[in-house]
Amino acid sequence: MSRFPSVATGTSPHPEPVEGLRAAVQTIAGSSFDKLRMRLAGAMALGLVAAFSATAQQKASDAKPFNLGRAAHADELKAWDISILPDGRGLPVGKGTAKKGEDIFVEKCAACHGEFGEGVGRWPALAGGNGSLKNDRPEKTVASFWPAPTTLFDYLRRAMPYGNAQSLEADELYALSAYILHMGDVIKDVDLEVNEKTFAGIKMPNGGGFFDDDREVAEKTFWRKTVCMKDCKKEPAKVTSRAMVLDVTPDSKTAPRVE
Amino acid sequence: MTGSSRRSFLAGAAVGSLAAATGAKGQAVPDKAITDLPDWSRYLGDGVAARPYGKPSKHEAHVVRRDVEWLTASRESSVNFTPLHELDGIITPSGLCFERHHGGIAEIDPAQYRLMLSGLVSKPLVFTLDDLKRFPRINRVHFLECAANSGMEWRGAQLNGCQFTHGMVHNVMYTGVPLKHLLNEAGVKTSGKWVIAEGADSSGMNRSIPLQKALDDCIVAFRMNGEMLRPEQGYPVRLVVPGWEGNMWVKWLRRLDVTDVPLLAREETSKYTDLMADGRSRRFTFIMDAKSVVTNPSPQAPLKFKGQNVLSGLAWSGRGTIRRVDVTLDGGRNWREARIDGPVLDRSLTRFYVDFDWQGQEQLIQSRAHDSTGYVQPTKDELRAVRGVNSIYHNNGIQTWLVRPNGETENVEIS
Repeated sequence: MSRFPSVATGTSPHPEPVEGLRAAVQTIAGSSFDKLRMRLAGAMALGLVAAFSATAQQKASDAKPFNLGRAAHADELKAWDISILPDGRGLPVGKGTAKKGEDIFVEKCAACHGEFGEGVGRWPALAGGNGSLKNDRPEKTVASFWPAPTTLFDYLRRAMPYGNAQSLEADELYALSAYILHMGDVIKDVDLEVNEKTFAGIKMPNGGGFFDDDREVAEKTFWRKTVCMKDCKKEPAKVTSRAMVLDVTPDSKTAPRVE
Repeated sequence: MTGSSRRSFLAGAAVGSLAAATGAKGQAVPDKAITDLPDWSRYLGDGVAARPYGKPSKHEAHVVRRDVEWLTASRESSVNFTPLHELDGIITPSGLCFERHHGGIAEIDPAQYRLMLSGLVSKPLVFTLDDLKRFPRINRVHFLECAANSGMEWRGAQLNGCQFTHGMVHNVMYTGVPLKHLLNEAGVKTSGKWVIAEGADSSGMNRSIPLQKALDDCIVAFRMNGEMLRPEQGYPVRLVVPGWEGNMWVKWLRRLDVTDVPLLAREETSKYTDLMADGRSRRFTFIMDAKSVVTNPSPQAPLKFKGQNVLSGLAWSGRGTIRRVDVTLDGGRNWREARIDGPVLDRSLTRFYVDFDWQGQEQLIQSRAHDSTGYVQPTKDELRAVRGVNSIYHNNGIQTWLVRPNGETENVEIS
């Protein structure tokens, strides 16, 4: 196994590949029974490497079932299946326009997110900040940052309005999504109808702005063979930044500063 | 000791002061803590029925989770912090494990609890809590660290206390069922590549987990430190995703949906992605890099005595075990290897100590963790050189504490 496994492909992120082996090591790690540990680890490895060498799917089909649980009813599956995949699978039948979404937004969302999606106080801004991701102070909003329109729909459907989740009907969700995207200049036409067939096709400005974890390559210098232990700096270290200057810690003498 | 020799011993002893050098000094006047019989030695205390579920001593009332009110708009979608500076060893007491909720604590009736396996499986299944407890069980100690731990420190030292800078981590023993047993029971189809874990709370928290990880070592857990999960930690069931960012450890777990693609849920796109200086963002940064922090001394736990002192801290890595921890007292000019004590477990907090002599000099204290893959904890500047200052998450840079001559300790950064 590579020391720098790829995460996106789901490779195990650490050196011991066998769960049973790791469990054996964990059980007695820190004890002085090194011989026992070696013997046990060896035995576990012998017994389990073969069993774990099969692919995930083979494991799933070959394993002896415990016959626990029961079959899910179709209506139960439907009741909890609220996920929306990036290609649009899971989108409910429905439609809406930004124009219709504005009324819903003013009634159910603007108290926290602001009339123009600017965010009240520390509540999240939903619009603005397009093109700001390279700035010193980037503004990450739905339009400026989120990669897929389905992310918005999935989140609104399961978690919003805050404190009254899963209360919006399909048509309300389409209208509200359209309005939020309109505030962010992604949908220009307030009368444009979005529905289960068109919604996933909406192009987000930052759709191509993400890449899979590459720390094992980009930060490979953090894997070091040696580190300096003596006389590592010529000059005495100088303080360059102090928490007391900001003074935002709770229970400190002055009131926390709200940004 | 006879009466006369005791008196002469006492007469020769100086009165101790806070800053006095250490040593087994005598006492000018007898200590009333010894000569006066306290009530607890004379009168009966509470009987066995008084405390059916024991709590810490009333004298430890200051040892609590704390939050930073200005951080978030609402306490139902917020975070509080583990008081690391008040703890020792490697296990976090259940009631002190930091909390991070996105829609408040779901108070679930265990009799109404259901876990559904759906999606690309041959048999969609529903389990009750009793069903889960009939699967073969395992016990594992793992740290859970929020990806945003130390996230407020990217632009410089900000919060004065390791509770606030590093307290979004805890470490308990979980008891539960290997997730692979449940997936095997439902039969994952060959097209299944991801498992979407979903919570029953009012945020409907959802995260995509690669199937390989789910089959490898994820646990559907119902106990922590032997007792049932605390409500704020997902009672009755949460997912354990060893070594990976805490947000994926979905609490109040209600559904595991097998898919062919990741969901691109809000919490894996707009949040928990790492914005780089070039405007692009890393996604699926699941693993928690090796990290350490000195918990004592620290701003909430200043030095009080000259002479012998115990420096203590924690180290952990999402890639394996902690192999070694280095500590400097002079701002990184010279380092020494810390003494690790207690269990060294895979993807668990690990405790280290340095016993040192302090004579009131200013000190710049840092710790540096090495893990079993050879990864060495970087400095904050090394991290910034790669990632810029806007990535929020995964700040595992080396922490500096400045100890002043009066023992006061401050969160600083140094050249």
